[in-house]
Amino acid sequence: MSRVRLLIGTQKGAFIATSDGARRKWEIDGPFFGGWEIYHITGSPADPNRLYASQSSGWFGQLIQRSDDGGESWQPFSNDFSYASEAGTHQWYDGTPHPWEFARVWHLEPSPGDPDTVYAGVEDAALFRTTDGGSSWTELAGLRTHNSGPSWQPGAGGMCVHTIVLDPVDPDRIFVAISAAGVFRTEDGGSTWQPINRGLRSDNLPDGGAEVGHCVHRIAMHPSRPQVLFMQKHWDVMRTDDAGDSWHEVSGNLPSDFGFPIAVHAHEPDTVYVVPITSDSEHYPPEGKLRVYRSRTGGDEWEPLTSGLPQENCYVNVLRDAMAVDGLDPCGIYFGTTGGQVYGSADQGDSWAPILRDLPRVLSVEVQSLP
Amino acid sequence: MIRVTLPQHLRELAHVKSEIVLEVSGTPTQNRVLDALESAYPMLRGTVRDPATMRRRPYIRFFACEEDLSNIDLEALLPAAVANGSEPLRIVGAMAGG
Repeated sequence: MSRVRLLIGTQKGAFIATSDGARRKWEIDGPFFGGWEIYHITGSPADPNRLYASQSSGWFGQLIQRSDDGGESWQPFSNDFSYASEAGTHQWYDGTPHPWEFARVWHLEPSPGDPDTVYAGVEDAALFRTTDGGSSWTELAGLRTHNSGPSWQPGAGGMCVHTIVLDPVDPDRIFVAISAAGVFRTEDGGSTWQPINRGLRSDNLPDGGAEVGHCVHRIAMHPSRPQVLFMQKHWDVMRTDDAGDSWHEVSGNLPSDFGFPIAVHAHEPDTVYVVPITSDSEHYPPEGKLRVYRSRTGGDEWEPLTSGLPQENCYVNVLRDAMAVDGLDPCGIYFGTTGGQVYGSADQGDSWAPILRDLPRVLSVEVQSLP
Repeated sequence: MIRVTLPQHLRELAHVKSEIVLEVSGTPTQNRVLDALESAYPMLRGTVRDPATMRRRPYIRFFACEEDLSNIDLEALLPAAVANGSEPLRIVGAMAGG
């Protein structure tokens, strides 16, 4: 029977939960890197025992940890994320030019085919890549030096590359999302980039339909259909059918179209999950009810999934990297909250159960399907 | 021979239990001590000083002989008691709440 391994990054360390294919009983290991912020911990699709973790701290800066044995042991690898060229400036909160300064790694995206190749999305916004298992990192500087770069501004959480989507068919095509610049796409392996935000509307911009400046929270793709992307924007759930050339809104009947994570079912490319949050002023679920919403129509028509989730007095958030789906059948889905709970569903979201209740604030959740 | 104490997180990262002893070539300055520290414990590179600027991280403090040395010139001589090994250079995580 298959197994699953949950990789959980929190504000005070990482945790690993494992289960058999039934996904009812979980063994918990951790904390790893206790006391450190783990923005992201993830595994290589090419070698499930190869794990990478972004470990950081306001005191001691950034570290990258790597495990070659499924998380039993870890070693720090290179933490040198030097920008490849003169850093230049972006806009600061007050509109003045501000030098690009590395702060932390938000997201690690391992290559589907090579455990030694990993992309790293960092704050201040830039994309790095290692091809030697984390021993060295090289910036793909064409993103940061895009001619719109000097106009990018940080969101409240910083100015970061937080989402990296690798096209499973075309290795030269990569999508990234930047808060608060929007989505960018490369067709040449990262040398040149273009903003792909046509169709987005953001009321917090002077020109709501601007080419850049949108606070995109997360994008997701089903590997069988790389032309189709789903987006949870600051407000609005969006969809593109042409790899980002144009977007249209699919918020439909959601109680709120503000939120952070978005995920696509492992086996149904038109089944999508979001977690609506009341507003950008109130980062908690509407009516104190924690509800995952599922669309089985590729958006527009959404149904609340509530069985096993708290339906009163719940005021947690689910952050952008804190939801994941496994590859088992039926598909499992998992998310972690800012209140330290990790919930799992082994039946595509129809019912939920807590896996962990009292962790630190959960920053990321990934899941590996193991033989 | 320079004695150095590290904050808990860095001791764990370096797999050391108590204070460490470093061989520092030439007259001991903070920069030379940090060079020796990062050479002996490569996993600590970037954790005490920013790798881009090579300056002390904002929430790191250097104490010795009951004095705060955090803001002295990185090339200034360390106190004699640190240089002769009778007192440790204390690398401390600043109090910052949270």
